[in-house]
Amino acid sequence: MALPVADRSTAKTPSTFGFIFKKAALSALVALALFSLMIGIRTEAGPSGQLIYWTRFGDLAAIVAAVFVGSILVELLRQWLGPAGTRTIVPPRITEGLSVASRFLAPALLVFALLVPVIFYNQRYLLDLGILVLTYVMLGWGLNVVVGLAGLLDLGYVAFYAVGAYSYALLAQYGLPLPLLSTAYPFITVEHLQLGPWAFWVLLPVSGLLAALWGVLLGFPVLRLRGDYLAIVTLAFGEIIRLVILNWQDLTGGPNGISGIPRPTLFGIPLNPGPNGLAGMLGIPFSPTHRLVFLFYLILALALLTNWVAIRLRRLPIGRAWEAMREDEVACRALGINITTTKLSAFATGAMFGGFAGAFFATRQGFISPESFTFQESALVLAIVVLGGMGSQLGVALAALTMIGGFELFRGLEQYRMLVFGGVMVLLMIWRPRGLVGHRAPSVFLHRERTTISSDMVKEGRG
Amino acid sequence: MDYFFQQLINGLVLGSIYGLIAIGYTMVYGIVGMINFAHGDIFMIGGFIALITFLVLVSIGLTFVPVILLVVLLVSMAVTALYGWTVERIAYRPLRQSFRLAPMLSAIGMSFVLSNFSQVAQGARVKPIPPVITGGYTLHESAAGFAVQLSNVQIVVVVTTVVLLAIFTWLVARTRFGRDMRACEQDQTMAALLGVDVDRTISMTFVIGAALAAVAGMMYLLYYGLVDFFMGFVAGIKAFTAAVLGGIGSLPGAMLGGLAIGLIETFWSAYCSVEYKDVAAFSILIIVLIFLPTGLLGRPEVEKV
Repeated sequence: MALPVADRSTAKTPSTFGFIFKKAALSALVALALFSLMIGIRTEAGPSGQLIYWTRFGDLAAIVAAVFVGSILVELLRQWLGPAGTRTIVPPRITEGLSVASRFLAPALLVFALLVPVIFYNQRYLLDLGILVLTYVMLGWGLNVVVGLAGLLDLGYVAFYAVGAYSYALLAQYGLPLPLLSTAYPFITVEHLQLGPWAFWVLLPVSGLLAALWGVLLGFPVLRLRGDYLAIVTLAFGEIIRLVILNWQDLTGGPNGISGIPRPTLFGIPLNPGPNGLAGMLGIPFSPTHRLVFLFYLILALALLTNWVAIRLRRLPIGRAWEAMREDEVACRALGINITTTKLSAFATGAMFGGFAGAFFATRQGFISPESFTFQESALVLAIVVLGGMGSQLGVALAALTMIGGFELFRGLEQYRMLVFGGVMVLLMIWRPRGLVGHRAPSVFLHRERTTISSDMVKEGRG
Repeated sequence: MDYFFQQLINGLVLGSIYGLIAIGYTMVYGIVGMINFAHGDIFMIGGFIALITFLVLVSIGLTFVPVILLVVLLVSMAVTALYGWTVERIAYRPLRQSFRLAPMLSAIGMSFVLSNFSQVAQGARVKPIPPVITGGYTLHESAAGFAVQLSNVQIVVVVTTVVLLAIFTWLVARTRFGRDMRACEQDQTMAALLGVDVDRTISMTFVIGAALAAVAGMMYLLYYGLVDFFMGFVAGIKAFTAAVLGGIGSLPGAMLGGLAIGLIETFWSAYCSVEYKDVAAFSILIIVLIFLPTGLLGRPEVEKV
């Protein structure tokens, strides 16, 4: 492994200033051609509907200059760091240090998460942000089962999130339909059971189960598909769910969404200012922060449940089968593993956690509409999983924190957000396709010694 | 019956646009085996470039429509082709040796970059243009007063598509580049050993795919009279469906699939419901992949262990 790397670094002669300059000039020229129309000229529909335009040659010049300078910097950086590939060999001491640090990082993060409502009790904004981050951590861990463990690229994960959210919202609104057998003509009558303060706790598992059912429904047709095809079909599935929600106005309210979704209760005790509320019962003054704190611990518990189930499943035969399937599906089948149940269970498990998260989202917001379930959400969750290193639980949590935190930091630059997000995704694939936490701990060990394998050495199945 | 014929015409025109985009998907899949997720956004960029060029030409006082159309077509093809080249160079070429999902994820990122770039650069609002090509022919008028119309725009779209397809087929079947491309499709290593510049051929594939997408973008602009930054996503998935339906990797298949998707969508809108036309198109993608994974004209993929 070491020899070809050394060869490559000596084979490439250091480039001269002229070469760098020529390359930068070429990049600037390409940038000029690309942007002269798109940036140099700005079009807009005028007041009378007539299209008008104005020029922005200053911006154009600035961008072309930026490309020129950026190109020189990138080239210099590349020469300074040496050719690509030489840095894959990390000194063992650093790897050891990292693995020791990461062993303490997870408990430290957990303790911190538990203490967040105590530390930031008076900062509602931070609590809200914490809830948002934890929602994405949970979604990331759920998708990680499908993408990271089973190796099935799912671009429609948000569909299950939507199914969970709408299941909760609709069932809470109309009541839980219970079929009752009777002796008279229709033989089955449906009674809608209104759940009152227990709505969330009864409907949370129901939403998860419904989402899991949809996961199986999606899983069946795509059993034979692999890789890119699977990705596109899951994407189409996610869009179909969204379009149906958008257009089935009688049931879902279409683009107007559903409002007035019941808020969660502390096992039947509502968190409201009334005398029956938690504050009234405890005899303390009511504060809206109570609900935030409760929601925070609720999503933390749900996320930890997801994590715990995923970790336990990995040690069960089904989890082993997932990982085997990720590495090589054909070999897996040859060894007698039932691919059908393996794939379907992965889809169902991932979808179920998506459904839980969706129900939580609905109860937190009190309002849902199809706008919250676009493809961008799927891509964001997928990016979290990929950034986290596909399969690493801790990595996913850190990635969710980075991504959502980053999004919040650049809140002022709303319109550039997705642009930067896309760019980061491309750069990440070029720079570290295995994610920031690039280890994958093997689940099975031949000897007692536990080692982590650098993900660069792990071969990805066609998944 | 007249209603049916009108929808048939509309469907064929829409199908030509999808077919032009689908060729880009199918070519790239054939040669590098990846779904170029950003291709739909390249189509959108093509539409924008055409719009801006058109606006500039009109404002400098050009009035002769055929010249305007020709210049817009050439500029749009050239600039969009450069976009295709750049995307390949930045986002896909460094990943050629990476694991299989990497180019797909990179392509999704690139798709976000392109669509949000045009949102930032040109604003989020829909950009309408006045009809450039007006007039048409009434083919048949029924007693009830329903007329089957064939507008000049529709003729232009179909004729342009046919001419470009003829040029493109000649390019692939008869030229040195076409031979290189087909060689790389079969076996890149062997092609490289025999002196084919694989990198250049792949770049050219992206360039040609983007140029055809630009034509589709311009035709879309002429036909519907508007562009917006988000139109690439749905059009891209539909064109991909067309490519899969026709058999991915097969060039006539892409065109056939495009026509089929255009017709299905139009008839679905006409006879069932307009709201669910996208659902119909996406469902076809799923159904085709389950029951006919090789498509209409595709070759079965042999799985080697």
